[in-house]
Amino acid sequence: MMIYLDNSATTKPFPEVVDAFATVASHYFANPSSLHGLGMKAERLLRQAREQIAAMLDVKPSEIVFTSGGTEANNFAIKGVAWQYRRRGRHIITTEIEHPSVAEPCRQLEELGFEVTYLPVGPDGRVSAEQVARALRDDTILVSVMHVNNEVGAVQPIEEIGAVLARHPKTLFHVDRVQGIGKVPLDVKRCGIDLFTVSAHKFHGLRGAGLLYVRDGVRLTPLIAGGGQERQLRSGTENVAAIVAMAKALRLALERYERDIGRLRELKAEWLQALAAIPSLSINTAERGSAPHIINFSLPSGIKPEVFVHELEKSEIYVSTTSACSSKRRAPSKTLLAMGVGEGRAERGIRISLSFDNRREEIKPAVAAIQQAIKTLSEVTGSHGDEV
Amino acid sequence: MERIYLDHAATSPIHPDVAAGMIQSMTEQFGNPSSIHYFGRQSRRALDEARSAIARSLGAKETEIVFTSGGTEADNFALIGTAMANRERGRHLITTAIEHHAVLRACEHLQKQGFDVTYLPVDEHGRVSVEDVKAALRDDTILVSIMFANNEVGTIQPIREIGALLRDHPAYFHTDAVQAYGLIPIDVNEYGIDLLSLSSHKINGPKGSGALYVRGTVRITPLLFGGEQERKRRAGTENVPGIIGLARAVEIAERTREEKRKQYAAWREAMLTIFRSSGLDFIVNGSEDGLPHIFNVAFPGTNVESLLVNLDLAGIAASSGSACTAGSIDPSHVLVAMCGNESERIRSSVRFSFGLGNTTEQIERAAEETVKIVKRLTKR
Repeated sequence: MMIYLDNSATTKPFPEVVDAFATVASHYFANPSSLHGLGMKAERLLRQAREQIAAMLDVKPSEIVFTSGGTEANNFAIKGVAWQYRRRGRHIITTEIEHPSVAEPCRQLEELGFEVTYLPVGPDGRVSAEQVARALRDDTILVSVMHVNNEVGAVQPIEEIGAVLARHPKTLFHVDRVQGIGKVPLDVKRCGIDLFTVSAHKFHGLRGAGLLYVRDGVRLTPLIAGGGQERQLRSGTENVAAIVAMAKALRLALERYERDIGRLRELKAEWLQALAAIPSLSINTAERGSAPHIINFSLPSGIKPEVFVHELEKSEIYVSTTSACSSKRRAPSKTLLAMGVGEGRAERGIRISLSFDNRREEIKPAVAAIQQAIKTLSEVTGSHGDEV
Repeated sequence: MERIYLDHAATSPIHPDVAAGMIQSMTEQFGNPSSIHYFGRQSRRALDEARSAIARSLGAKETEIVFTSGGTEADNFALIGTAMANRERGRHLITTAIEHHAVLRACEHLQKQGFDVTYLPVDEHGRVSVEDVKAALRDDTILVSIMFANNEVGTIQPIREIGALLRDHPAYFHTDAVQAYGLIPIDVNEYGIDLLSLSSHKINGPKGSGALYVRGTVRITPLLFGGEQERKRRAGTENVPGIIGLARAVEIAERTREEKRKQYAAWREAMLTIFRSSGLDFIVNGSEDGLPHIFNVAFPGTNVESLLVNLDLAGIAASSGSACTAGSIDPSHVLVAMCGNESERIRSSVRFSFGLGNTTEQIERAAEETVKIVKRLTKR
């Protein structure tokens, strides 16, 4: 029995999503910018997808800018604001635990003369609205805080931060929702969000499709210029088939949420309980204030996390060392370090990430395999992984 | 009514084998190539194979291929990335007046950042002169960006000569090969090209997929920062199905290249013959030896909007120029550069572009319908 527990890296596309892609790619292939009838058909499909997605996200169709994915959307939000509003100010606030697609553009901006404040997080992996309030300055043009952390699942207090920012109308608020969509609801209006990022392949859509929500009235300098598609904000022939597939994936994912979120929460609680019963493991995901699909724990010292991943693979169980984007380089998890667990524990983090397709029956065999892997690897390395 | 699609330069239908390969990849290789487990490794392998196919097609090394979300991103990356990385060395760029907007808008962006851009003119056939490039070169020129072949009129630029000229100059040479790639064999070393943009959906691959060739010695700053994909030059989870689709489209393009070139040349000739024998007043825009699939024609006395609407009503999908500027029918910047602001040609030209699925019967019918429409529109 294959048990895939790496849904935060990428999810398997829903079959309906693949079908939608195949239909549109094969039968509505024309360029939506073309004036002829075939172009207009493609344009109509694009418009419908935009309207459907906007309605599901509770925003206006004109506020959606399609991108090639979450990384582009995050880069666009950060750099688009920075270039557009640099005369207003050059200070940006973010956190120490953002995804690299937020953190790295911030580093680039620092080299180009911007100042970035990286807020630390507590042991639960969360920042507080008070920290944001204290860091705000007159020249702060952007606050970028992720909704759900991709490594440990900590849910950030977006609504409280939004309340703080309501008193600073000249500071824009960007939220990376890549891990939260379809798992943790967020009221965009109530939170006062100006920009947010979505990636299709994290909710059973396709890779190569994502979007940035840009609230009406917010102006951005484009990252990719050219033919002027997406209301001049993002040029390039629209990937219509993948966008239609994203609309379908989002609808199905939100239906699954409605139907199964209670079950997913229970599943996560059971996982946490089962893992907590293994004394040699240190659980890094807080029980409260965390998303229903991500669990992070650290292996006992002496066990290399990538060796552990391969050991589990022998039983067809797939987990990850840390976020996939940085998993080739062995470095301590940035999020775990920021949470203050210490370097050793931060180097031995393992992430389990669930989808609505995971089942209770998987927990027992998976946990047994985890225990066995720890035992096997402790014997090999001669370390003192606790016997269970 | 059978619809005749003659707008392959705007975008082309996906080849059924390409679609099949992508769907298989979506369902079987859904892992993230950066994941170290089986699903990740399987995706990684597919990605590596696709990368070597693309590299091989250009005579490049695998490490010199950076996958992007398409031609527009590749162009933006090439221009902005090299400009930002080499701005200490110089702030001058050379390009032409007839580039795709992906290049022109990136240049405008750079001008706002303090870069100096020279836009070279073209002759009435849409060709840039090597002498002009030479004369424009300065000590502080860091990049020359000249498209391989124009997307509206098909004119092929003297890339080999410009490449040779630049061998003795530190400026990098970028070429937007989006329209030429697939139909013209390109070896980057032979041509002296340092950066080359290509797009999948112009060669019967999927949209949302493309690549930038970056010679190993080129210094370039990423456009997209984040994870360490594409050797830290382009962050973002790799669009494996899109990349596999691109690789498969390239294989098919290479296999069918000669046959297609012959076929398209014959279709162009067939349209010309019908136009000539009808006694129609027309001027071919571009040059005789241009891209074989692009046929751009001016019909004096007509207006391009009514021409296109009437063609569409007759079931024929053609275009006024690049699809990206087509939303608004502003006169094509390419035709303006070739013929001047006053020329009637800038308001009466139609681009027919051939490709997968077209038949000789379709081409002949399209030509005959065009004759009828033009005659109707020019009747006084």
